[in-house]
Amino acid sequence: MTDRVAIVGVGATPPRPVSADRSYREMVFEAASRAYADAGLTAADVDSVVSVAEDFHEGTSITDEYVPDQLGAVLRPVHTVAADGLGGVAAAVALIRSGIADRVVVEAHAKASNVRRPGQVLALALDPIYERLPGISPHYVAGMEMRRYLHETGTPEQAVAMVVVKNRRHALAHPAAAFGALLDPEAVRASLPVCEPLREMHISPAADGAVVLVLASAEAAAHSPRPVWIRGIGWASDTPWLATRGWAQASYAALAAEMAYRMAGMSDPAREIRFAEVDDTYAYKELQHLEAVRLAAPGEAARMVLEGETRRGGRLPVNPSGGSLGLGHCYDASALYRVVEAVRQIRGEAGPVQVAGATVGLVVSWRGIPTQSGGVLVLGAA
Amino acid sequence: MGRRPRRRVAVVGAGMTLFMRRALETGKELAYYAASQALESAGVRLRDVQAVVMATAPDAFDGVHMKGEWLLDGAGGVRRPYLRAYVGGGSGVFSIISGWSLVASGLCDLALVVAEEKMSSCQPHPQAAFLTIFDHILERPLGPNLLWIFALEQQRYMAAYGIRNEDIALVSVKNKRNALAHPCAQVAADLTVRDVLASEVVAWPVHRLMVSPVSDGAAAVVLAAEDLAPRLTDRPVWIQGVGWSLDTSYWGNRDLAYPRYVERAARMAYAMAGITEPRRQIHIAEPYDPFAYKELHHLEGLLLADRGKAPEDLAAGRFDRTGELPSCPSGGLMGVGNPIAAAGLMKVCELFWQLRQEAGARQVPGNPERGVAQAWGDLMQIGTVVVLGVR
Repeated sequence: MTDRVAIVGVGATPPRPVSADRSYREMVFEAASRAYADAGLTAADVDSVVSVAEDFHEGTSITDEYVPDQLGAVLRPVHTVAADGLGGVAAAVALIRSGIADRVVVEAHAKASNVRRPGQVLALALDPIYERLPGISPHYVAGMEMRRYLHETGTPEQAVAMVVVKNRRHALAHPAAAFGALLDPEAVRASLPVCEPLREMHISPAADGAVVLVLASAEAAAHSPRPVWIRGIGWASDTPWLATRGWAQASYAALAAEMAYRMAGMSDPAREIRFAEVDDTYAYKELQHLEAVRLAAPGEAARMVLEGETRRGGRLPVNPSGGSLGLGHCYDASALYRVVEAVRQIRGEAGPVQVAGATVGLVVSWRGIPTQSGGVLVLGAA
Repeated sequence: MGRRPRRRVAVVGAGMTLFMRRALETGKELAYYAASQALESAGVRLRDVQAVVMATAPDAFDGVHMKGEWLLDGAGGVRRPYLRAYVGGGSGVFSIISGWSLVASGLCDLALVVAEEKMSSCQPHPQAAFLTIFDHILERPLGPNLLWIFALEQQRYMAAYGIRNEDIALVSVKNKRNALAHPCAQVAADLTVRDVLASEVVAWPVHRLMVSPVSDGAAAVVLAAEDLAPRLTDRPVWIQGVGWSLDTSYWGNRDLAYPRYVERAARMAYAMAGITEPRRQIHIAEPYDPFAYKELHHLEGLLLADRGKAPEDLAAGRFDRTGELPSCPSGGLMGVGNPIAAAGLMKVCELFWQLRQEAGARQVPGNPERGVAQAWGDLMQIGTVVVLGVR
């Protein structure tokens, strides 16, 4: 056998700000049905399932209890990881490469509209003794990080506003996006401050959605109509403490990228990668992540977005789908939405958001504040 | 599933903290102690570790969202790939399966697996955290708790096979006695069946001494790839087989008399390990025993006893430390304690020590060459199984 692993099926529900008509299990069933149909398989062909979830987002403890039925995976080897979507992909890649599984499903979903006080949930992620400040929005962590990033790299606030303008404009062409818009950078700069310099419009809006991917070994993928190959995967964490982190740079993404590029045998990623779907939970994160994964030199990401290089028709399209700013942020499922978009690009099935020559793509994920955990996935047509 | 993996993986070090009620250490510190001990026993340093797997049960115990992220520095996860895998109470044994997959796949050669639980932070009682595991719409309005549903399961087990509560109380007696020899044990005791049945009824037919305690603690193991392991130790303990299986969420639709998901998981692990006659080829068992009846239930699911007959085997001494198939020689969760995820990995540590003849006063006689550890959890739904052996 070879080490190669492919994504042979993708399915997702359109991310929506509200989905009162359906439970998350129904959404997962829909995403799974689409993914299995896309792969030309049935649930019976699946060897194992990895789900990605966090208890507090679900409002259920031990939420892995509720995974198997809607995926057709009852009495199968199913487990859950508390990671971002790429952590789930990593676990699935490990199972396939270990040689014990041929096809592994990765599932993630968000029912963000059920979380009535998301700020409260987020605050609970901070250390209870040293870091949780009663009555203060946990977004302060992002505000501090944004301030430090702008300061150290000389990035103007205008560049952050342009990320919002670009991604929401990209989303306007995406048939499933809920947050497409034609905006003026001034409108972004005039939106209310959350924790300066972080503004309301810099924060991607929460959405409900479910994503299912089917991964396969090289042998199993041989029967698949449209495999997209995982050329490299990496994931990493840096210190969880606010007091001991670097603040300006996304060190976890740099470590993850190093691992992924090594596996992909890429020495000059900026030359080989044709487009990227990059975490933009907060608009400045897109710029920070591009620099961390060496698609932009330190301090260069601002110039790239201001000069239009990262637009859909630019030299290196970034978030041609619209990213989380344009599609909505689906918690840990966000990373899998990025993967679905990248797979569609590489297959040439991205329709109105298709990037020309999208043969090699990069996905960058992040778990959100206050973590320094994220992943990098290199996908290719061959 | 169940095919041969591409390369072998060995356990080369293990460590654990005391299991206790109301540890003064934070969860990060508990994880640190267990991880440090495991690294030291393997003779490696943290900088050699290429990936860290963490297991820890509900965030609700600590009231910390993304608890795995919070614990990561204690477990040594800073500046490396870190993954928190969970399947409820099955997480402790699943953590070594997750670590195994990272090494067997070639993604890394040396991995650290840490399991931590601090239940006592949850006030007034950690059982309250379990009120939130039930289905929002169908079950929560009924106000069920874990003790009730396990009492239902025990009741069904007893009714299906004509088992008496005295037969089940004997598990508490055996395990709490075994635990007297465990230096980390929380609730070791020398008791009789009478004592167990004289303890208060928690949810009939479950008596207080048939339930494992609320515990804090951590356990850890170091895993090394096939080529690396013999360079680190003369006595690597090989992971011969892994298996796990998750049953439907709708537990009300299942017959609770038999844990079919444990059987599925066991068959997967046995196939990988090349085990065709488990009763002959397995020399020690560490089945999951958070409640006394669960050890018997699980021995049957592991195909180590006939259905409904495990109580008879127990009464005949088959599962004693000196018996034909020592079961829970560590003292199990009933004796050593039950910091949920850590308790599962404690069982793996016990096999590691037993198979290396390092279990001291707990050492089972003869030269055991192969053992099985198993954990269980979720809504009476998940079985996680690992087979370890000296070859």
